[in-house]
Parts: sequence; C-alpha cells; structure tokens
Amino acid sequence: MNGQGGMPGQRAGEVEDKAADWLWRQAGEWKIEDQTAFDSWLAESAHHRAAYWRLKAAWGRTERVAALRPSDFRRGATAKNRTWPIMKFAGVACMAAAGIVATFYLWPSSEASYATAIGGQAKITLADGSHVQLNTDTAITVSMDTRHRTVTLKKGEAFFDVQHDASRPFSVLAAGHRIVDLGTEFSVRTNGKRLQVTLLRGRARLESESDWVQHHATDLTPGEVVVATANSLSVSNVPVHQLADALAWRRGKLVFSHVTLTEAADQFNRYNQTKLVIDPAIADRKISGTFEAGSVQSFASIAQYALGLRSEKKPGQIIISKPTP
Amino acid sequence: MVAAPEVELWFVREVLPLEASLMRFLRNSYRNPGELADLRQDIYAELIETAQTKIPDPTKPFVFALARNILVSRMRRERIVPMETMSDLENLALASEAPPPDRTVIARDELRHLRDAIDQLPPRCREAVMLARIEGLSGREIAARLNLNESTVSHYVKDGMRKLANMLYGTSDPQGDPA
Repeated sequence: MNGQGGMPGQRAGEVEDKAADWLWRQAGEWKIEDQTAFDSWLAESAHHRAAYWRLKAAWGRTERVAALRPSDFRRGATAKNRTWPIMKFAGVACMAAAGIVATFYLWPSSEASYATAIGGQAKITLADGSHVQLNTDTAITVSMDTRHRTVTLKKGEAFFDVQHDASRPFSVLAAGHRIVDLGTEFSVRTNGKRLQVTLLRGRARLESESDWVQHHATDLTPGEVVVATANSLSVSNVPVHQLADALAWRRGKLVFSHVTLTEAADQFNRYNQTKLVIDPAIADRKISGTFEAGSVQSFASIAQYALGLRSEKKPGQIIISKPTP
Repeated sequence: MVAAPEVELWFVREVLPLEASLMRFLRNSYRNPGELADLRQDIYAELIETAQTKIPDPTKPFVFALARNILVSRMRRERIVPMETMSDLENLALASEAPPPDRTVIARDELRHLRDAIDQLPPRCREAVMLARIEGLSGREIAARLNLNESTVSHYVKDGMRKLANMLYGTSDPQGDPA
C-alpha cells in the first residue's frame, strides 16, 4: 500500500507530526542537545527536510499577521474576547446579481457587515458552519470570537440555521432584544422597533433589554411566532403550512393566504422599487396565491384579471383601484 | 553540492507556491485520497534530493515531470490500476500546463488569506495558535491562560501548524491528517 518510489516508506503524517514538534519546541526552551538531535533528524532524510521546511514556512507566514496588528492589540488583557471576522461566501455571483454589499473590515476592527438592496437576497455561510440567509433590504453585522457569536440585525429579515455550540452561544440582536440560539432554524424580521421571530426547528430564547420584561425570557418552541416591541411581547402558535408560507421568501416567493390587498402590497413593496398603491376603497379585499417576490406585475395582473380591478402604471408606482364604470 | 539554506529557500519560494496546483493534479490523477499527503511528501523529498546536487531551473516543469514519474512508478507497483487513472495519465502534461488562476488571486491579499486560514481552524486550536503567534506566549503561558495542560496545548498548536500549512499551500480541506 505504502510504496515510496524506491525510498524507505515514511508516512507523511508521522513525519509531519515530528516536524511540528521540533518547530514548536524551538519556540520554547532550546538546549544544545536539542539542536544536535534536531540537526541529525533533519540530515537523516529529505522527507524530514521537506516536512519541516514546509511547516516552518507556513508558520513563519503567520508572523506577518502579528506584525500587521496595531501595537495596542498586544497590550490587551486577554485574547479570549477578541472578535474574529469569520466569513465565507456562498454563491458570490448570485449575491452580486442580487446587489449584495459586503464590507470587510481589516484588523483591528473585526466585524463583518453584509447588506442586501431592495429586491436582493444573499446566502452567507459563517465559518462555524451556521448559515444566514438575508432577505430584501437587510443589513447585518457579524462578530465572532472564541466565546461568542453575535449577529446584529439592523434592518430587514434574516433566516438563521445555527450550528449549536454550547460553549459559544449564538445570539441575534434586533430591536432591543436578544435571541439566543439553543440549536435552531429561525427567522428574524425587524424594522428597528418591532421584532418578529419565527422558529422553525429546535429551541431559542428571547430576551429583552428593557427592564420590565428582563426577567421574562421567553423560550420558543417550533411553530411559534413572537412579535415584540420595546414594551410588549406576544407569542402565537402558527400552523406548519403557514410557517412555510412565511418563510417562502427564502425561495424568492411570496405566499398569501386570504390576506388583504393592503397587506399583500406591503409585502411586495419590501422587494420592489416599483411600489404598489392600493386604493383605500378596496383595501380590505382578500387575496390568496403564490407570487414571485420580484414581480409586481404578476400581482397587478392577478388583481386585474382575477379580481376585476383596475391597474394603472405610473412612474415608480402601480395603482390598483376599482374599475371606473 | 548546494548548501541546505539555499535548497530551503528554493523549496519555499519556488516549490511550495505550486502546491495547490500540484495537489489538484494529484487529486485528479490518483484515486486514493488517503495517500495524497504521502505522495506529496515523496515528491518533495525527491525534489529536495535533486536540488541538493543542482537547483532545477525552471522549477515548475521539473516539479510536474517528477510528480508524473513518481505517480507512474507508484501505479505500476500497484496491481490494480483503475481505468480512469490511466486515461488521466495521458492528460497529465496538459494539466500541468495550466496554472489554476485562483491561487494568484488569493496571493494578492496575503493578509486576508492568512486571517481566513486562521479563522478556519477549530476553535481551541485557533485560540492556541493566536496566543502563540499573536501574543507570543510560550506553551506554559498558553496552558495557564487556557487552563489546559502543556501537552494539550502542544497538541493544539501542532495541529494548527499542519492545518495552516495545508490551507496556505495545499488545499482548504486538511487531508493526510491522521488525527
């Protein structure tokens, strides 16, 4: 199995382990005898030199990282609470098409920010294996270190599929609340004041920063939707199919089940520059169906042909109203 | 004879940057992922032995020619040679011609590349590497800071060294790792 091109077989793993051992020992107490032993090990075989030189070169490169950090970093009390930007993109091209704006902060600031434009969506894979999917017009900041994983949702809506790690809690901060993951898939939406959390799987805890609910951390179970403002909190249980509808945005769809035209228009307007305007006279008419989130026109057509309403295009707007007799 | 420091310099500057394309070439030609690290190690060892007599110039065609020879002789010794391996062998010259472009792109931002590599280490391992590298702490100091014993720290740091080398030179998924 382990033929070695005419040379005595040496498993790369073992040699590499020994090379790493030498390299690390050299950083500590190093005596004359050590040097002698090391020299003869190195001279013994080209395999040894290859492994050692390779590790040494890679390890040496990491020194540049230290050199590039500001001096105050070294004076820090502990390395434990330092944040490390952790990011990996899934589908960069798709994000570019969606108008994603990603900002990398180089050291010493270590947060990463991601944002989508109106109508945009983005999928982000964090280095801990968690996935975040951003909906239209959304902005988040991710900061991670060896103790915490924190995402701040500044605006918009995001779906989180979190890799649970009890030693490193994953929290989402939004609208004065903190959602702490206990191994979950959940969606969070905010406009800065109002917060809606939908839990699809697993468990999560919602805590508030305001005093009166501080001691009322709410544990969520799947199927629950929480709506919270600065001083109110309501939990409702939602049937599974309805949850799926609420999360249809992840597939680029909007699913309506017997909602008013105004509510439907509000949803569309989150995704499109062309805004739907509903005549107050028909605002309470109900509609159901599945639509492409980016296609205002499809909604206008349905309104026109299925509901017999009038749709009128204006710059930046589509006005839906009662047909003139 | 070429002096050892000169060989080392050549190896680090000329050979290691080719590792990503070398590994891709090996992965595509040799259907035994468990042995890729061994194969690489054999190629490197033979390169170094050659360079001790005379530094090959230019480096790249030499590296791939030698890799091909080692691969062929290794597969001859193995009784079963999968068909796809044989057909791939005919394309080896072709594969070695085209350098993968992504390496170059990555090399443009060394700092970010390094940072990403460190970020991809497992949490404890990363912590030990950071304390060693950025804080410049000794094994004993790291052990005290992390409340671990020294041999555990040593294990994490060494694991970090090996994973970093794989990420920085070879591939993002550390292979040939016996752990």
